[in-house]
Amino acid sequence: MLMCLAIPACVEQLINENYAIVNLGGIRKEISLALVEDIVPGDYVIVHVGFALQKLDQTEAERTLAMFAEISAPNKENI
Amino acid sequence: MKYIDEFRTGTLAQKIAAKIASEVSLQRDYHFMEFCGGHTHAISRFGIIDLLPENVHMIHGPGCPVCVLPIGRVENAIRLTQTPRLILCSYSDMLRIPTASGMSLLKAKAQGADVRIVYSSSDAIKIAQKNPQHQVVFFAIGFETTTPPTAVAIRQAQALGLNNFTVFCNHVLTPSAISHILQSAEVRQLGIVPLDGFIGPAHVSVVIGSQPYKYFAEEFQKPVVIAGFEPLDVMQAILMLIHQINTGRAEVENEFTRAVLPTGNIKAQELVAEIFELRRIFEWRGLGLVPYSALKIKSCYADFDAEQRFQIPTLSIADNKACECGAILRGVKRPQDCKIFGTVCTPENPIGSCMVSSEGACAAHYSYGRFRERNHSSMKEN
Ligand code: SF4
Repeated sequence: MLMCLAIPACVEQLINENYAIVNLGGIRKEISLALVEDIVPGDYVIVHVGFALQKLDQTEAERTLAMFAEISAPNKENI
Repeated sequence: MKYIDEFRTGTLAQKIAAKIASEVSLQRDYHFMEFCGGHTHAISRFGIIDLLPENVHMIHGPGCPVCVLPIGRVENAIRLTQTPRLILCSYSDMLRIPTASGMSLLKAKAQGADVRIVYSSSDAIKIAQKNPQHQVVFFAIGFETTTPPTAVAIRQAQALGLNNFTVFCNHVLTPSAISHILQSAEVRQLGIVPLDGFIGPAHVSVVIGSQPYKYFAEEFQKPVVIAGFEPLDVMQAILMLIHQINTGRAEVENEFTRAVLPTGNIKAQELVAEIFELRRIFEWRGLGLVPYSALKIKSCYADFDAEQRFQIPTLSIADNKACECGAILRGVKRPQDCKIFGTVCTPENPIGSCMVSSEGACAAHYSYGRFRERNHSSMKEN
């Protein structure tokens, strides 16, 4: 088990106010929503030891990926 | 998996690597500490060191919760399991930490103690509900990421009126450990490597936000870049740190904007603040006694505090003599500097805690990096 590792997972279904089923690469798992608010199916959450720690901001994720893609090959000569 | 695979693309990693190579000044060295064990794991697993120029050095920090727990607390937990009708629950890695005598919770379990592995603090609550005749103790460890789930469990236990559930609290705080590395005279005496900047933790920062790091950036003039746990995140953070250094800045920057807000997760912080308070002092493996670096359960929740319900003495136990975990946790030594690394001490038979968790520097190096011996000569004690 990775103590601090947490992974993004898609919320498939809310069970009640405090629990949801997430899909972790095909594995469905029940997690607690006690630490987050306003989660709806389709949201991605960062899951750690059975708890959603935060909602993943999908726009920011795209922005970061776009930033990586923009990094152009170096123009300065490299030794 | 979405939001994982895209952050592992090899071609992009090469591009960022080329950018880093083009930006580093050849006149100097760069020493960056990745505080968090999750980053240590990613750096080893994805061979990030191989993508970096020779003069960029990554130093493992003490951010592996299993590794920094002092042996005395493990010994306390093992002794607790000797209490009749007591069930001790913990996260799986905790069971394998060896004490100086070679004992572990796993061995205690083999000898008949009721020790159970839980994936989540709520599993411990379920065990307490199912076993009303037993005392159930949750052996809680971890940084700011695992503390809110423990807080939720205590609240649940209270709501359910459970009188057989307590927490043996060992939660520790990231910012205090970073300050300690930067300013403690003791740590300096024990030797510390030069540090030019930090890769800030990913999921700890999800909870505490980016603001708490401002202090280091300002007070110690060290840049901090918070990074996600995927290899591209780490590469990008290294590039951002190099940028800051080359332009003479020391700021807190956030690469992990998809999950880290400046203020973090306030709901989680409020819950933690309601249930826990600071300990005046706490022992860390490798760092020694660090003031205000850990949490204890507030007296109004004493009913759920294992340290109130049971006799838990303060034990200070030295590590196995051969084990270099202490120096590794301070960034002074590297796993391969330990004489018994990979021979006597392996993940199957760990002698020290750094070999137990896959976030531990020794375990990460054993699993992924054994054949990379670069950068060795540049690491020295001062
Ligand atoms: S290899 Fe084992 S004994 Fe050596 S420092 Fe690492 S954990 Fe300790």
